[in-house]
Amino acid sequence: MMKKASKRVIPGFGLSMGVTISILSIVVLIPLASLVVFTSTMDIGAIIETITRKRVLASFEVSFITAFIASAINAVMGVILAWVLVRYDFPGKRLLDGMIELPFALPTAVAGISLTSLTANTGLIGGFFDKFGIKIAYTRIGIVIALVFIGIPFVVRAVQPVLEKLEPSYEEAATVLGASRTRIFWKVIFPEILPAVFTGFGLAFGRCLGEYGSVVFIAGNQPFETEITPLIIMAELQEYDYASATAIALVMLLASFLILFLVNLIQTRNAKILKGGS
Amino acid sequence: MNKETIGSKVVKWILIGVSILFAILMLVLPLITVITESLKQGWQVYIDSVADEYTVKALLLTLEATVFAVVINTVFGLFAAWALTKFRFKGKKLLGTMIDLPVTVSPIIAGLIFVLTFGRQSPIYPLLQELDIKIVFAVPGIILATVFVTFPFISRELIPVLEAQGTDEEEAAALMGAKGWTIFSKITFPHIKWAFLYGIVLCTARAMGEFGAVSVLSGHLRGKTNTLPLHVEILFNEFKYVPAFAVSSILVMMAVLILIIRSIVEYIGKRESEDVR
Repeated sequence: MMKKASKRVIPGFGLSMGVTISILSIVVLIPLASLVVFTSTMDIGAIIETITRKRVLASFEVSFITAFIASAINAVMGVILAWVLVRYDFPGKRLLDGMIELPFALPTAVAGISLTSLTANTGLIGGFFDKFGIKIAYTRIGIVIALVFIGIPFVVRAVQPVLEKLEPSYEEAATVLGASRTRIFWKVIFPEILPAVFTGFGLAFGRCLGEYGSVVFIAGNQPFETEITPLIIMAELQEYDYASATAIALVMLLASFLILFLVNLIQTRNAKILKGGS
Repeated sequence: MNKETIGSKVVKWILIGVSILFAILMLVLPLITVITESLKQGWQVYIDSVADEYTVKALLLTLEATVFAVVINTVFGLFAAWALTKFRFKGKKLLGTMIDLPVTVSPIIAGLIFVLTFGRQSPIYPLLQELDIKIVFAVPGIILATVFVTFPFISRELIPVLEAQGTDEEEAAALMGAKGWTIFSKITFPHIKWAFLYGIVLCTARAMGEFGAVSVLSGHLRGKTNTLPLHVEILFNEFKYVPAFAVSSILVMMAVLILIIRSIVEYIGKRESEDVR
């Protein structure tokens, strides 16, 4: 014990650990433990019965498909935006860079009602597409648009630092050897940024799966069509059916932990690349 | 060779064009919509909606929850960053994961776990009732939910900076007999000053806009447990679109202000760290 203490020259270990663990317990650990305790009182059969209800299964489908499509769009747009912000100079670049963070700062409910009014039949964008018979608000397309808005900063902010640290020498070498710009991008740059793209995709996907505020307004919330899983949990909670809400929440938690695990796996590899670059 | 450079110039402007178009459609247009919709029926209606009694009360509750979130997460962030970066101990990685956990949980599930902890079916509910403490469907629940969803925001900004800085300076100071507070205020804090401010800005942004978790824990009582984002929802669902957008415009102004402060903090912080180098 003495030996261990003498190794620590810097003061404050006891105090800082004490405060950290106390606040962590009150805010995170005890509430999470109560979820575990409550689950343990539930019957496995009842849990399975709840999560295999047709309406719940349909909501899983809606949530996963829309989150996946939105994150895929964000992966492509995120790489383009990051590329433009790192490699090119143009008027308004700083403004564009600052704007990327808007979805983090704008309350999701505000984004939700604003996107809804834009994409409804009477809105600027919705009115345009309505001429071609395409409805956006109150359909799955609307959900995807809200999720694209929510997820875009994740990919841009994951890819940007990697692009910034990329050694120009490989590209120069490839140019000297006569490779075309497209070839250089796909053979030299793309493999380097791919882990960051996956990280951004994963973070955006995780966030989109659980997103509620921006989606409820634009989705229309039709059962089997545009009803997302968080909304079903919310509905169960409003009916004080805590057992059903918890059962469905467990599936969502499992999915988000799995995503987080995969992202961490990729990120550890990515960190090595970043450290090697600097 | 010449053909190649013309080609890459075309690609450059196509990509810039795509980016700007995306930013205008997805980011600028929603902001402008909030402003134009809120002013659709003129200034008088706008001012009436913003100065409405319930709007003001909702704004005050939002500010209250935000202040709590920033203060608690600041205290936590400073101590946690100190513990995690200045010492070696077992379970450090696990502790780090635990701190980051709240941001990966869906806000609705965040609300759910607080309902399970303090709600009617909780083992401690009888005790809470005896002490006359209301958490679920009351202001303390809203504050707890807000603290939860913003929990790692400050520590996450501090930890990488402190990790990069190492422990040599603090160790030297401690060996020369400096006390904990002196070491922190004279040596550690100057390094993390900008990261700390940055964390506070991010925490404020998320805290004032939190919707899902707060929605679960709020009883949706106007004037009592209604935050600004929840007030927007109520107005919108009552088809009071102009007031809903007017209230939203307050949040938009706060968000834009936060983005500007964020850019300034980031800019000064970057310049200062470059000067040191």
